[in-house]
Amino acid sequence: MSTQKATLQRRPLVKKILEGADDNLLVIAGLGSSNWDITEAGDRPLNMPLWGSMGAPVGMGLGLALAQPKKRVLVITGDGDMLMSLGSLATVAAQQPDNLAIVVLDNEKFGETGNQATHTSPLNNGPTDSGAGTDLAMIAKGCGIADTGTVRDASEVAALVKDARTKKGPVFRLVKVMVEKLEFVMPPQDGAHLKDRFRQALLGHP
Amino acid sequence: MNASATPEWRDQIFEVLQDHDVKQVYHVPDAGHGRLIEACQRSNSMRTLALTTEEEGIPLAAGAWLGGQRSVLLMQSSGVGNTINLMGMPKTLRFPFLTLITMRGDWGEFNSWQYPMGQATPKVLEAMGVLLYSVETADEVKTTVDAAARSAFNGGQSVAVLLRQKLIGIKNFGKK
Repeated sequence: MSTQKATLQRRPLVKKILEGADDNLLVIAGLGSSNWDITEAGDRPLNMPLWGSMGAPVGMGLGLALAQPKKRVLVITGDGDMLMSLGSLATVAAQQPDNLAIVVLDNEKFGETGNQATHTSPLNNGPTDSGAGTDLAMIAKGCGIADTGTVRDASEVAALVKDARTKKGPVFRLVKVMVEKLEFVMPPQDGAHLKDRFRQALLGHP
Repeated sequence: MNASATPEWRDQIFEVLQDHDVKQVYHVPDAGHGRLIEACQRSNSMRTLALTTEEEGIPLAAGAWLGGQRSVLLMQSSGVGNTINLMGMPKTLRFPFLTLITMRGDWGEFNSWQYPMGQATPKVLEAMGVLLYSVETADEVKTTVDAAARSAFNGGQSVAVLLRQKLIGIKNFGKK
């Protein structure tokens, strides 16, 4: 609910989170910016970047984490996507998957539709940019995910990367990021192809 | 053949799900599926997940399939509308999807609020490309759910089994 200006840039941040990703790391990214973010970091078969299905990444991450308890599952998505499926955080809490981390990149905007304010924008922030000051980390905690936190500063990024990659889950991190106009970096779009290449890499068959 | 004389059809569904190696079971609270849900909860080979809304079942099924596991979504017809947007996922990603739906607003329903979604259930599922199987009698439950599981997991389809209200019995509030 802070009015501090965000200083973190999403692309270098995501690149750091995914640095050295091996076969142990399964990544799901929400539609729009998060999809382009993980793709710029390096498209790989064990990335599942969504082109639609808003509200789906956390549920997908949970189903995958339960099916593959020995792998690390990382969900990277935005505030708009997360707002559409708040209940899924309670479902995660009910299952307590120790291999699941959720990182929400919160720029307080719906990026794909023209940067309209989401509910995470501050209250009374002008006629067109007001939200509700919604705190997604507090919601995650309230849902029963004990390990939550908010990252705002470059000095906290190293710990964020470590927590996202290795800390006992479920882990939820809200990262306040800048509003930026960035190039689209697109992975393959065909959903069946993305799914098949993921399963081929993970299971050895499509 | 009425439901009260042959309560074992719910146990038969459990056996079919086990035979098809279903590992994740998604559900919301439901009297019609109650006995099946409890059997799944007691099973050592299945993980049951209570949802906050039926919609969650579809991305969960997608994730389970990505990870090599089969799943099923148990819901009432009253929740089908919640799933329709994400029902595009099994089409777009082309993964098997199985849902078993207990019908309300279908046959002798006393609650008028159940009719709109109950009556629209087959139409909206069909519009999203979901194959529909329907069961009205207990003796057809096992073969129908088995066929639906085959169409889903072997044939790669999205399949819904409508367990009709005639099978389940008419709900009588306040009466045991």
